[in-house]
Amino acid sequence: MRAPLSWLREFADIPAAISPDEIAAAFVRVGFEVEDVLHQGANLQGPILVGKVRSIEEISGQSKPIRFVGLDCGEKAVRSVICGAVNFEVNDLVVVALPGALLHGNFVISAIQTYGRVSNGMICSAKELGLGDDHAGIMVITNSQLPVGSDAIGALEISDVIFDLAVNPDRGYALSIRGLAREIALALKVTYRDPVDALRNLEFKNCGKGASATIADPTSASVFYLRTLSNFNPAAQTPLWMRLRIEKMGMRAISLAVDVTNYVMLELGQPLHAFDRATLQGGLTVARAGKAQQFTTLDGQERTLHPDDLMICDGSRPLAIAGTMGGLGSEITGNTTEICLEAVCFDPMSIAKNSRRHKISSEASRRFERGVDPSLAQLASVRAAQLLIEYGGASHLATVKVGEPNYPPRITLEPSYIPARLGLEISPAQIAALLRAIGADVDEDTFVVTPPPWRSDLQTPADLSEEVARMAGYDAIPSILPARALTATLSAKQRRVRAIASSLAAQGLTEVLNYPFTSDEIIAAMGYTRERAATYRLANPMSEDFPVLRTHLLPGLAQTAQRNIARGAKDFALFEIGSIFRNSQKLAPAISPELGKKPDAKTIAAIFASVPPQPVHCAGLLIGRIGTDSWQGSVRNYQWSDALAFVESILRFSNLTWELKRSDFAPWHPGRCAEFTVSGVPVAHAGELHPRVVAQFSLPLRSCAFVVNLDALPESEIVRTQYIGVMPVAVQDVALIVDANISAKSVETALREGAGELLESITLFDRYDKIGEGKISLAFTLTFRAPDRTLTGAEVARAREGAISNAVVKCGAVARTA
Amino acid sequence: MHLDEIASWVKAAQGALASAQNLDQLKIARLAHAGDKSPIAGASRSLGSLAPEDKILFGKAIGAAKATIAAALQSATEKLENERDARILLEEVVDITLPASRSHRGGLHPISIIINEISDFFLAQGYSVVEGPELESGWLNFDALNMPADHPARTMQDTFFLEPIESGIVLRTQTSPVQIRTMLTSEPPIYIISPGRTFRADELDATHSPVFHQVEGLVVDRAITMAHLKGTLDHFARHMFGDEVTTRLRPSFFPFTEPSAEVDIFFNGRWIEWGGCGMVNPKVLETCGIDTAQYSGFAFGMGLERTLMVRHGITDMHDIVEGDLRFTRQFGVGL
Repeated sequence: MRAPLSWLREFADIPAAISPDEIAAAFVRVGFEVEDVLHQGANLQGPILVGKVRSIEEISGQSKPIRFVGLDCGEKAVRSVICGAVNFEVNDLVVVALPGALLHGNFVISAIQTYGRVSNGMICSAKELGLGDDHAGIMVITNSQLPVGSDAIGALEISDVIFDLAVNPDRGYALSIRGLAREIALALKVTYRDPVDALRNLEFKNCGKGASATIADPTSASVFYLRTLSNFNPAAQTPLWMRLRIEKMGMRAISLAVDVTNYVMLELGQPLHAFDRATLQGGLTVARAGKAQQFTTLDGQERTLHPDDLMICDGSRPLAIAGTMGGLGSEITGNTTEICLEAVCFDPMSIAKNSRRHKISSEASRRFERGVDPSLAQLASVRAAQLLIEYGGASHLATVKVGEPNYPPRITLEPSYIPARLGLEISPAQIAALLRAIGADVDEDTFVVTPPPWRSDLQTPADLSEEVARMAGYDAIPSILPARALTATLSAKQRRVRAIASSLAAQGLTEVLNYPFTSDEIIAAMGYTRERAATYRLANPMSEDFPVLRTHLLPGLAQTAQRNIARGAKDFALFEIGSIFRNSQKLAPAISPELGKKPDAKTIAAIFASVPPQPVHCAGLLIGRIGTDSWQGSVRNYQWSDALAFVESILRFSNLTWELKRSDFAPWHPGRCAEFTVSGVPVAHAGELHPRVVAQFSLPLRSCAFVVNLDALPESEIVRTQYIGVMPVAVQDVALIVDANISAKSVETALREGAGELLESITLFDRYDKIGEGKISLAFTLTFRAPDRTLTGAEVARAREGAISNAVVKCGAVARTA
Repeated sequence: MHLDEIASWVKAAQGALASAQNLDQLKIARLAHAGDKSPIAGASRSLGSLAPEDKILFGKAIGAAKATIAAALQSATEKLENERDARILLEEVVDITLPASRSHRGGLHPISIIINEISDFFLAQGYSVVEGPELESGWLNFDALNMPADHPARTMQDTFFLEPIESGIVLRTQTSPVQIRTMLTSEPPIYIISPGRTFRADELDATHSPVFHQVEGLVVDRAITMAHLKGTLDHFARHMFGDEVTTRLRPSFFPFTEPSAEVDIFFNGRWIEWGGCGMVNPKVLETCGIDTAQYSGFAFGMGLERTLMVRHGITDMHDIVEGDLRFTRQFGVGL
């Protein structure tokens, strides 16, 4: 919302000594963010005067019309200038830049010899004065009594400061100069004059039959004023001062009748609509559309009405989407002589729905959905009628009123509530004074507060506490920390996630946070099927390329890896910890219990259950080499086992034991993927990626990946320690030959079982697969220790033999002799 | 055996040990003058055959001689070992500027780092860290926060809806539904922060991202006032931006707070909008079953990308969302 300083000053006595920056800061203090401060005409320099056209001499024989104009600029002699525009007549008032003046764009005016005459200045267009782009002709000052020779910059308010303010949705009243002038007057503690006061006692006599007004749906509007004006002169021009103000507000001037409705809306905040009475069939009704039907709005768009749309209709058809946008066919034209001026206080929610359903955010709908002062239906239409009579030659025919304005209810305030809420010492008398300042009526005995009619947002004592704080100044509130004796810690799960992330980062993986949006194509390219491919679809995705939610973290990691490779990275490892979204439950219709009281336990549980589970995963992607080649030699590529090692480190961190088996899960290589289970539940997969997936995402061959479902990991149990022996160890190496399809894990398990309780640890230290005949050699180091004695050679030999013979029985192993 | 003889052995031993040029020569000298076959060792063995008075006399003399020789040996050993060490360590010098690490440099995403930092700050003040789902019920994300359907404030937030739209399931536009969940399931006093990922349908540009992170705080307790909100924010701002930072509250509007404010910080010479805050609207407390006669509360929320950008001088949102290793690695594993 814009606010020209010259217009604010009409209602607020802002001293000239207060700078625009100070005014902007004052707006911020009372809650209006200043998005921009425009200094219009700041670069203009006089003399730029109001002049009257005395004579016009057409200079013929030129390629375009050229006039030699005699001007009365209040000087002794007539001033003569050359002018290329033709949109003016003798006796018109125009703006004249004299030699020495500086116009918009650093355009210096001097006396020049041209077309065989001396031109002593220039008649200005709007563009030359920095007032928009209108360069079609010069600016003619219409409907004005400005004295000839006066300073045009000041008289026409050309030089102005325009504040562009953000208005919060609860402050509909501030979408008007009336409202903003009140706020700045309060912020600067200067006198404010309500422009509405002068309109209260103004009434027009009914002297004919005007159009009738009806509110068909009483929930949709409280009061409806319909004023019928006749004898309107369709050729009447909008006065220049009004046009300039409308343009300063960022709107366009259109025609006198439309400009008056817009001007009054900007000044007071009440949107109005003017109809050409000649096009109406009977009176006007505020009614629901009732049925789906086609309707063309003023912007030329054909729209399908919703049965609940609130409309302004005549006896035969809908004419306008109420409070939102007019329709074609009933608007004011160049032939209109009878005007029906509609002023309604609509139900904000009805207009909000109109606006939302048709995606129209108009000047009118923005005001109505935020709430308009209900007294304005009467007063703003008085103001508009007054302007149409004064500038359009219209006469008042009749006014009808239906309904009654619905004023905001009173609020009973316990004055001690205010300091208790704000933490600010403030007396009941001060509270009453601050509330009166914003226009409320306060009975200091009962502390019943009547909010002003334009403040429908003030409904509760809490709302009043904000007004008191705002008027006292938020800066006045002290800064105190709550006295808080309790302590808190991270949950076990939060600690675990933090430790996992830090450990992966410390092991050389870089964390990324990818968007959770993906596509069916990407899900298919990864080879996910059934429940691992089932996702949720966004109703309004950012991009049609990524319309669904991710069911895995790996696709995002693969795309981020691609991006890094494109930017020159070669060898790296990424990880992400985040939620995934699998369509595991059908979404039921929303549960929306009543507000203002706590829903019952069953309803709360049902709301919580309506939200699908979103497990948190941790995934990693390993690309290229495990490190950098250096003077110490070259390093190997990441391989399937590195992916498993990261999972093991996460599970070890979580103090869990796991089982391992081979898996043919997508998107991994079917021969090189491990599934980790904890207590029989699959919790992680790791290995080398499927060659097809690697190719799809243009990743280096043999890239590896791991995924851990962190939500599937059970809580860590408290560690029970084992006795740490201090007696000497006995170390034995064992080499076994087994069939190549026998897993190292099963051989290790057989050795462990056969070795008995003296075995402290076992490590596979060599694997040799070049012996042929489908055989491999596995070599283990077995470490033995007794808690209470040094082991004898015979004891160690017995344990070793026990281990080997169990491996022979269980795995068909043959001991290799050294 | 004669005392002069013993003195000459000592003298010879001292001379031989002192003149050894290296540890090998020293070993030869030690064997000759202090070993089993040395004269002093022989004399020591023959003590037993002496008369008792001689035994005492020569015993003392031999003991003193042995101690002297041992001291000479120790000093010679120390001297020669030091010489050897100094020479060898010098020969083994390396270029310690050679690149030491061959492993990849990893790093946490700065958003994770700042979440950890903020969590630790508030944990120390007794706030729990609570998380919630990213897909969220519209009732928890909007209605319960005093934003019923068609409330104009809902249009302030461009929401991602899930199909079918009637389910009311949205990608949460704020972490505030975590506050509602907490208030519905626990009793005051409540001191929580909720960091997490949030979503709004804004195009990605230098300052916006459709996916971003927030941290929100909620306190519900007896006698909580706006002064406590201010104190908490001042403390928080100083922690995040340094002791020189100044804060300012500016009246604003949020359906879930009343009074509402924007919190600005004066940082690096200008006012910067940091977040929103206010006293929890009693309507919200009532919907959550909290007795507003006994309890009041405050809430605040900040964008974490914005906080990072301001604090670390990041000029383009793309850097935060694109996952470029070169960006993230600058932040390392912690802070």
